Amino acid sequence: MHTMTIAEMARGLRDGAFSSVDLVRAFLDRIERYNDGLNAYITVDAEAALAQAEAADARLRAGDATPLTGIPIAHKDIFCTRGVRTSCGSRMLDNFVAPYDATVVSHLARAGVVMLGKTNMDEFAMGSSNETSFYGPVRNPWDTDRVPGGSSGGSAAAVAARLAAAATGTDTGGSIRQPAALCGITGLKPTYGRVSRWGMIAFASSLDQGGPMTRSAEDAALMLAAMAGFDERDSTCVDRPVPDYAASLHDDITGLRIGLPKEYFGEGLESGVADSVEAALDEYRKLGADLVEISLPNSHLAVPTYYVVAPAECSSNLARYDGVRFGHRCDDPKDLEDLYKRSRAEGFGAEVKRRVMIGTYVLSAGYYDAYYLKAQKIRHLISDDFRRAFEQVDVIMGPTTPSPAFRLGEKKDDPVTMYLSDIYTIAVNLAGLPALSLPVAPAEGLPVGLQIIGDYFGEARLLNVAHRLQQATDWHRAAPGGFE
Amino acid sequence: MSLQRSDVEKIAHLARLAVSEADVEAYAGELSGILDLVAQMDGADVEGVTPMAHPLDMPQRLRPDEVREADQRALFQSIAPLTQDGLYLVPKVIE
Repeated sequence: MHTMTIAEMARGLRDGAFSSVDLVRAFLDRIERYNDGLNAYITVDAEAALAQAEAADARLRAGDATPLTGIPIAHKDIFCTRGVRTSCGSRMLDNFVAPYDATVVSHLARAGVVMLGKTNMDEFAMGSSNETSFYGPVRNPWDTDRVPGGSSGGSAAAVAARLAAAATGTDTGGSIRQPAALCGITGLKPTYGRVSRWGMIAFASSLDQGGPMTRSAEDAALMLAAMAGFDERDSTCVDRPVPDYAASLHDDITGLRIGLPKEYFGEGLESGVADSVEAALDEYRKLGADLVEISLPNSHLAVPTYYVVAPAECSSNLARYDGVRFGHRCDDPKDLEDLYKRSRAEGFGAEVKRRVMIGTYVLSAGYYDAYYLKAQKIRHLISDDFRRAFEQVDVIMGPTTPSPAFRLGEKKDDPVTMYLSDIYTIAVNLAGLPALSLPVAPAEGLPVGLQIIGDYFGEARLLNVAHRLQQATDWHRAAPGGFE
Repeated sequence: MSLQRSDVEKIAHLARLAVSEADVEAYAGELSGILDLVAQMDGADVEGVTPMAHPLDMPQRLRPDEVREADQRALFQSIAPLTQDGLYLVPKVIE
């Protein structure tokens, strides 16, 4: 059962071939067997999952089911789940039992999904390898000496190892797409504002966006349809109808204009990744697409700009962790300042502290114009690059990451080298565009991701373009050895 | 960009983070490395470019100023480190 796609599971549930309880038991068994080796889940709540499965079965019997009713999924531990610990991968929130559900969680619950548990992640979503988690690193199911990527590394590993039918993730600079690429799954970062951020623990509010992590574009379409939509509690959530993403999956892509930014195929791209991406582009030629070279001339400015904007917003967002209202509090504070300083020093890990300090520095008196204001201007240059590109092409394609999964520990002590693993994903967040990563041919046995970037609110087109490739090839069906 | 020990101490104070004497040097090195990366922005010509505060060109939504949330103080304080009589407790601020 665990090898099926969501669409196949939904059919089995409706036909009565198996129940949601059967399905959930099968996944819980797999979690029991494999999670110790992968560390993909921080929290598993078997009892609650089985109760939700029973409710889903009742809904299925009553004929009141959606395509997601009874499907077992996992939530990244950044989404608040009422009554269930929501740690955000941090010691700071190790004792935090969320008092409410995130909008994404309640939307999916309303569709009838079953939550198996909460997945591991880089602390406060700051990291590209899942090594900054308070709960220890996640291992990549394709090679357990390697990282799954981050920050949604637990979600990616869980979906790749078939420990969940699908999972939620969040993407601030590549945190859905990069782990999806490194673990061989499909991950979609929607347009900024498409999915509500309410109850999604904030890192960099002008960049953060939640999205689905699945084994196929079709599954991503089903998940996104339930996750997306207006929410008045998120002031940046866009009031715009949610299209039927599944309905346009099969659309013909003859004549599709694909832009290939020359900046994404230059120095720094490993040859194995380049070959796999090239093979996928050949498939698109066969499907009738027209490929043209384009230029995004300000691409080289994306990473430096991001490391002003994201830390600045994070230092402001993380000011709320003060040891007073929730989260970690130090022992025996001698005064209020000591309470703040020690609670934060003990609760946050090294990478979070680095980013809070960088953010504090760039926002401090006298530096605002040189850093934050300049970064916001460059952000405009970067989004103008994309705007001009979309006057010529329908979608943009390139590698999701410059290399396949790296080894645990390889980049851990060198923050700047780690930051460069998001070199192809970051510009998309700065511009607020949607983008998807899907698995193509592996390089030396390790997954490789193809990134497809769309114009604003072009999720349906992205899913359609990805689905057509997945109909023509079976790269996305490959399962990591030992987890079949 | 090279941060001195005193810079790190100042930033840590502004960020309300306790940093031990022993770690100041390491932070100075790491933060300077990140600022070197950020310095690549220097080459960009942003003359006349308007700053982009938000990816989508949209105005802030308004809503009527009315109470909509139910009182959930007991629930919210059930996860607080220290409360008494419905209040959050902190070390004495006023002598």
